[in-house]
Amino acid sequence: MSSKKIFIITVLALATIGFTVMSFREQPAAYSKITTLPKDSTGSVRAFMSVYRVLKSARCMNCHPSGDVPLQGDDSHLHTMGVKRGPDGKGLYAMKCSNCHQAENSPGLHAPPGNPKWGLPPANMRMVFQGRTPRQLALQLLDPKQNGGRTKQQLIEHMTSDTLVSWGWHPGLGRKLPPLSHPAFSAQVKLWIAKGAYAPAK
Amino acid sequence: MITLKVNDKSYQVDASPDMPLLWVLRDLLGLTGTKYGCGVAQCGACTVHLNGEAVRSCVTKVSRAQGQNVVTIEGLSLNNDHPLQKAWAEFDVPQCGYCQSGQLMSAAVLLRENASPTDQDIDDAMSGNICRCGTYQRMRQAIHKAAQMQKEGGKS
Repeated sequence: MSSKKIFIITVLALATIGFTVMSFREQPAAYSKITTLPKDSTGSVRAFMSVYRVLKSARCMNCHPSGDVPLQGDDSHLHTMGVKRGPDGKGLYAMKCSNCHQAENSPGLHAPPGNPKWGLPPANMRMVFQGRTPRQLALQLLDPKQNGGRTKQQLIEHMTSDTLVSWGWHPGLGRKLPPLSHPAFSAQVKLWIAKGAYAPAK
Repeated sequence: MITLKVNDKSYQVDASPDMPLLWVLRDLLGLTGTKYGCGVAQCGACTVHLNGEAVRSCVTKVSRAQGQNVVTIEGLSLNNDHPLQKAWAEFDVPQCGYCQSGQLMSAAVLLRENASPTDQDIDDAMSGNICRCGTYQRMRQAIHKAAQMQKEGGKS
């Protein structure tokens, strides 16, 4: 075998080993995407207050009610027809969410909005937004026992990428949008966590 | 062409995928027992079973029902002898009757999932089906009676 061939084989082998090592190094990074910034309680709380305004808007809060009846409309009135949460958050008997709510918004004013995941949080993890102060809601969101067992990373993913959460910015005809755009909201969620995930004082 | 299974019978319908299932049932298949009420899923007159769930056919696109099992009031029983239908007759539930096919389809889901419903369970299941004649009390009585018949071996 010529020295040229040996040289090429050696280079290829080293490159393969290098890529393999790098890919193993990069894998854990995929599981720890949280950007961390210097701890900044003021900046973190300020970011959360923007997040809070969105969570308390009708598009988010209507499916996070304090009772077992979903809310409806920009004024967050109780869902008509006596709809109830049910154990899995998907309604009861002939009153299950997907009986009326389709996989997409139904066209026209007052027609049911839709998403494949339409529903409330389940009865054993109610994740109430309605009536929560900023401090209460921040602490609740961060507590895996109250947030569906989510880590901070999973919380960020849920709040910024979940398709049902994202529906809030595509609510169909006659429904007000949340006070921040989806990218702005996502940025504030990430900033809140990155700066230390502080809860407001009240 | 869209393939549908309605009341255990297969159909091929020439319909736009976004046509409401209700229109397909009534206008293309001639199953007119299911009624049009509000058109926006708020009254329950158009309730049919889609894979056993009481969907509002006025807002359900026929594409959602493609290849799935649909049951309408015509298919609830072979001889109008579902315990609910028998109890409905015994208590003379309907007045004008317009909403009743939807009421029966909703009540059938309740009885399938809860063999001994309380008044509260009945309210929870039926509160989305509106009856302008106000036959609610008779429907409640009839559902209790049907539950009893079902337990005693009546057809479910």
